[in-house]
Amino acid sequence: MAQSIEKLNRIAIEPVTRVEGHGKVTLLLDDRNHVRQARFHIVEFRGFERFIQGRPYWEVPVIVQRLCGICPVSHHLAAAKAMDGIVGVDQLTPTAEKMRRLMHYGQILQSHALHFFHLCSPDILFGFDADPQIRNVIGVAAKHKDLAVQGVMLRKYGQEVIKRTAGKKIHGTGAIPGGINKNLSITERDELLKDLAQMKEWGLGALKLAKDYTVEHLDWLADFGSFPSNHLSIVREDGAMDLYHGRLRAIDAEGNKIFDQVAVPRYIDYIAEEVRPWSYMKFPFIKSLGAEKGWYRVGPLARVNTADFIDTPLAEEARREFMAVTDGKPNNITMAYHWARMIELVHCIEKIDELLHDGDLQGEDLVLKGERRPEAVAIVEAPRGTLFHHYKVDENDQVVMANLIVSTTSNNEPMNQAVRKVADQYLDGHQITEGLLNHIEVAIRAYDPCLSCATHALGRMPLLVQLFDSRGNLLDRKTR
Amino acid sequence: MSNTITFSIDGKEIECKAGRTILDAAEENGIYIPRLCHRKGVSPHGSCRVCTVIANGKPMAACTTPVTPGMVVENDAEEVTAMRKAIIEMLFVEGNHFCMFCEKSGNCELQALAYRFGIAAPRYPYLFPHREIDFGHPDVFIDHNRCILCARCIRTSREIDGKEVLGFVERGPRKKVAANAEHGLRETEIAVGDEAMAACPVGALMPKHVGYQVPIGKREFDHEPIGSDIEKEAKASTK
Ligand code: FES
Repeated sequence: MAQSIEKLNRIAIEPVTRVEGHGKVTLLLDDRNHVRQARFHIVEFRGFERFIQGRPYWEVPVIVQRLCGICPVSHHLAAAKAMDGIVGVDQLTPTAEKMRRLMHYGQILQSHALHFFHLCSPDILFGFDADPQIRNVIGVAAKHKDLAVQGVMLRKYGQEVIKRTAGKKIHGTGAIPGGINKNLSITERDELLKDLAQMKEWGLGALKLAKDYTVEHLDWLADFGSFPSNHLSIVREDGAMDLYHGRLRAIDAEGNKIFDQVAVPRYIDYIAEEVRPWSYMKFPFIKSLGAEKGWYRVGPLARVNTADFIDTPLAEEARREFMAVTDGKPNNITMAYHWARMIELVHCIEKIDELLHDGDLQGEDLVLKGERRPEAVAIVEAPRGTLFHHYKVDENDQVVMANLIVSTTSNNEPMNQAVRKVADQYLDGHQITEGLLNHIEVAIRAYDPCLSCATHALGRMPLLVQLFDSRGNLLDRKTR
Repeated sequence: MSNTITFSIDGKEIECKAGRTILDAAEENGIYIPRLCHRKGVSPHGSCRVCTVIANGKPMAACTTPVTPGMVVENDAEEVTAMRKAIIEMLFVEGNHFCMFCEKSGNCELQALAYRFGIAAPRYPYLFPHREIDFGHPDVFIDHNRCILCARCIRTSREIDGKEVLGFVERGPRKKVAANAEHGLRETEIAVGDEAMAACPVGALMPKHVGYQVPIGKREFDHEPIGSDIEKEAKASTK
């Protein structure tokens, strides 16, 4: 833990560009100008849990999509899964389950494609130190036109999958409590099948780019914003990666299991959330390890680390190559997120392929009903990581409690760690150089944070604003 | 004496039976006059004024004004459209209408009218009133946030369902539809199969548990603007 705040110098950098939403970084220096603590702040928030209160349960899967501009489908599905529980349905019809999975893989595909081609590729193609004027998607479009086009087309394909499952590319209504409101017509299926082979080829190309980059620069990347950490995700009963449904598994930096096959409703016995006065975001941690040591990473890196295997051949082959780099131990390299993300992108394309060839998608049995229950929890693996939705619904059908743990929240502490590490490496004296800015930005971007959705604790905590001069004197202090 | 009369809408000669309202006569002749509080089969209310036309030089509610011989009606006129748009926009700002996640979206007449008139955003400031929701009934709820006080549910319930379960209470900005019982809907005989349930043009009086079951693309106004059915019938019969 850092020493008392009054002794630390404070340098603020804002905003981190090319992150969805806005963020603010605060670096706290000690007397000898070492970075003792880094804080990645959230300035945007939406007070969402309160907003849902009082709404009828069937409205929630549609409302929650407004929580996040970039992964609305993940919220849609997490809420729908929770509402399955509320209407007493534990097992959907095959058509409903597979339609939802198709939607989910479409969403992860489009999100991962956007992130890799538009946000990450400028960093790896031009180098972290390149002029930000070139190191952006326009620069990619100018110098690597084919890659930019592939990014756009992969993303578009994912959105087409979403449209045919949810009804619209954004803010659809497909998943409803107990099932789905449409199946996939033969025409829709054939439209999607038409471009699939091309998508697979481009996906594999992106995977190769991410892999080659990581392997080539391994010595340097291994230290860049990296640190050992715990990793968390859901996995299937047999230990396979499952992005839509499963049980919780957490491993430590060495790969030892902290817990495994924890049923989703019992998350509350294993995960707690810490509130810190300087941030709107909550800091989740593994209870048995405590707040100090229990923080963990989620998202592509964590998922590839926690899974015993991937049940699609191309992604599994890629996973093996990925794990070989660290001799089968968990990979703790921040920049390896990009490679892991592309393994998942390929996995999603393979899954979409599998589903499109499954006749269940044309089934007519869409919705089930059971005995109403007062409480339910659901988890999906969203593009950025594990997403928890927990609700209580009263006998009038109104939501009385909502608790969401979004992936960026879980990655909150890891991002602080990454920033601290990078800042300590690149900070020179009291000057924030362009190079430092760039490197912090690159480290944060590896986590693909989505800030607007990560802060939803309105009314829960006081807001504290403190202003220090370079000598660490407190100039101003405001609380709310 | 003949019981048909002749009048004109937007210069077009029209014949209709005596005693018809402008709205009905127009509809019988394939001319759609926008409406909200009017509902076929129940008595007209004349309260929303979305059906305003210029009849013999004066703005009148088409749903309550009977046609007179030689009457000159303007329906498709700039002035009329401007009035209707203003009314629709006022309805939007006066309640809390969040189309983006409303379960009535795609089946909502207010939303469909806004689309038909090309209204992207109202010109007036939103009032964001605080309104209650009556969730007490097991199968039916009223979300007052979306109620436009058209009284279609009240009239339909009385006249078609033969029930005395709904009525207006209070006045002015506090006016609202209320259950005819001390503790709200749950103490009334309203049922999810009532015709009154189908009468609500917006998402105010709604069945529980079934939101969003109709997929996007299959909802009432997903493909054609509201009123198209009336206009199409006319085209078909003139062929
Ligand atoms: S429809 Fe005529 S006044 Fe409402």
